[in-house]
Amino acid sequence: MYTDKVMDHFQNPRNVGEIVDADGIGEVGNVVCGDIMKIYLKVEDDRIADVKFKTFGCGAAIATSSMVTEMVKGKTLDEALRITNKAVAEALDGLPPQKMHCSNLAADAVHKAIEDYRAKVVAG
Amino acid sequence: MKRIYLDHAATTPVDPRVLEAILPYLGEHFANPSSIHSFGRENRKVIKDARAVIAGEIGAAEPSEIIFTGSGSESDNMALRGIAAAYRNRGNQIITSAIEHHAVYDTCKALEKEGFELTIVPVNREGIVNPDDLINALTNRTILVSIMHANNEVGTIQPIATIGKLLRERNILFHTDAVQTVGSIPVNVKELSVDLLSMSAHKFYGPKGVGALYVRKGVKLVPLIYGGGQEHNRRAGTENVAGIVGMAKALSLANSELEQNMTRISALRDYLIDNLLSGFEHVRLNGDRNRRLPGNVNFSFEFLEGESLLLNLDLKGIAASSGSACTSGSLEPSHVLLAMGICHEIAHGSLRLTLGKSTTKEEIDYLLEVLPEIVTKLRAMSPIYNSERKECSTCTLTR
Repeated sequence: MYTDKVMDHFQNPRNVGEIVDADGIGEVGNVVCGDIMKIYLKVEDDRIADVKFKTFGCGAAIATSSMVTEMVKGKTLDEALRITNKAVAEALDGLPPQKMHCSNLAADAVHKAIEDYRAKVVAG
Repeated sequence: MKRIYLDHAATTPVDPRVLEAILPYLGEHFANPSSIHSFGRENRKVIKDARAVIAGEIGAAEPSEIIFTGSGSESDNMALRGIAAAYRNRGNQIITSAIEHHAVYDTCKALEKEGFELTIVPVNREGIVNPDDLINALTNRTILVSIMHANNEVGTIQPIATIGKLLRERNILFHTDAVQTVGSIPVNVKELSVDLLSMSAHKFYGPKGVGALYVRKGVKLVPLIYGGGQEHNRRAGTENVAGIVGMAKALSLANSELEQNMTRISALRDYLIDNLLSGFEHVRLNGDRNRRLPGNVNFSFEFLEGESLLLNLDLKGIAASSGSACTSGSLEPSHVLLAMGICHEIAHGSLRLTLGKSTTKEEIDYLLEVLPEIVTKLRAMSPIYNSERKECSTCTLTR
């Protein structure tokens, strides 16, 4: 039911872990629906210098988390904000239809982490 | 890679002796049992014999009390809808439990939409129905009670004989979904005091696509399927001769080997349960430890999600099942685990391992060898493991 790319990212997830002194953290999902994704960002010169994730969830949740970290690493914050959940799913050669809305939230988690970073910057 | 099948509650392989019995009826003995010529008469006799075998194996009074169907789900639908329609003049209340298979649960929900009054009795934390709750739910409008014999997810065996006796005294019709028990533990319709009982051949090493419904003599039933008058006018459609032959053969074999299989499989089950409880932190056994099917093991692994656990096991060649939302085809995790008071988070992390007659200790040892690495890997990836998060507010069962 999953594509080879999904299974690859599921089995060998990239950028798993936490960034202790993260500049921005974004969390989406909840335990009721069974998916929680947490993204940690390190920002330098308005670019994502490093990114890590932790995910509680199904194969699609883990694979999309892994994929989004590869897609946003090195990008400017504005570029990263333009990456959508749909684009993440497409980069994985698609997800089963029932997974599209419940487990495809990784880009949202990145966007939240960027918002978190920008709010902190504004707050000084 | 070696492959290990631990999903016998989903289905079982056809026993080679059953396959051998079936094959002639997919070949030269092809006739329609309703035909009056010699070809047809031969197959009519075959079905008559199979019906007598099944009746005998479950302790029915007469072969005519057995109706062959296309599946356990059809048997459940037929029982509920057939009784609801036939006894509507007597009342409109149907009582069932919160842990029924969807074939019963969803049919009850559909009947509720059609105007029947549905009462759902709870289960305790161990997944067992309390007969007192059931008796308290009865009204003068009750026409049918349907409680499963054993649960398909957590394997808990319900006090059907106790309930049956209480309902028989009150002259209330009683159906049990025995799909998980027939051929796995002793099942006798007289001892259980049931009026209707559903079963399915592929759960006891028979073929798929054939089931049966026991209907006690004198109980009226409105058919689901009308047509050619087969099955004493209660279920039309040309009989699945090969399937029926296979079902009878499979059940007589299963019951003749019942004691030895129960002893061996339940010992393996207990070995697996003991090792999971002692080998892992943050796990819980779902369902009563003792009142459970010989082959059922159901565990929740906290901080991880069931589908990712299943996928990892599959990559190691192990076939299992889970009650997580991702595997249930909905956004909700198992209604059975939720009914037992287990919170969403822990229900999502459930793993069902169901053992069968081919399961060996070596297979269980292989599972126990590969599982720790998978659990460690998934927990290391989980944002809720070792986090500062507070205890789950909706669940009082753990930590």
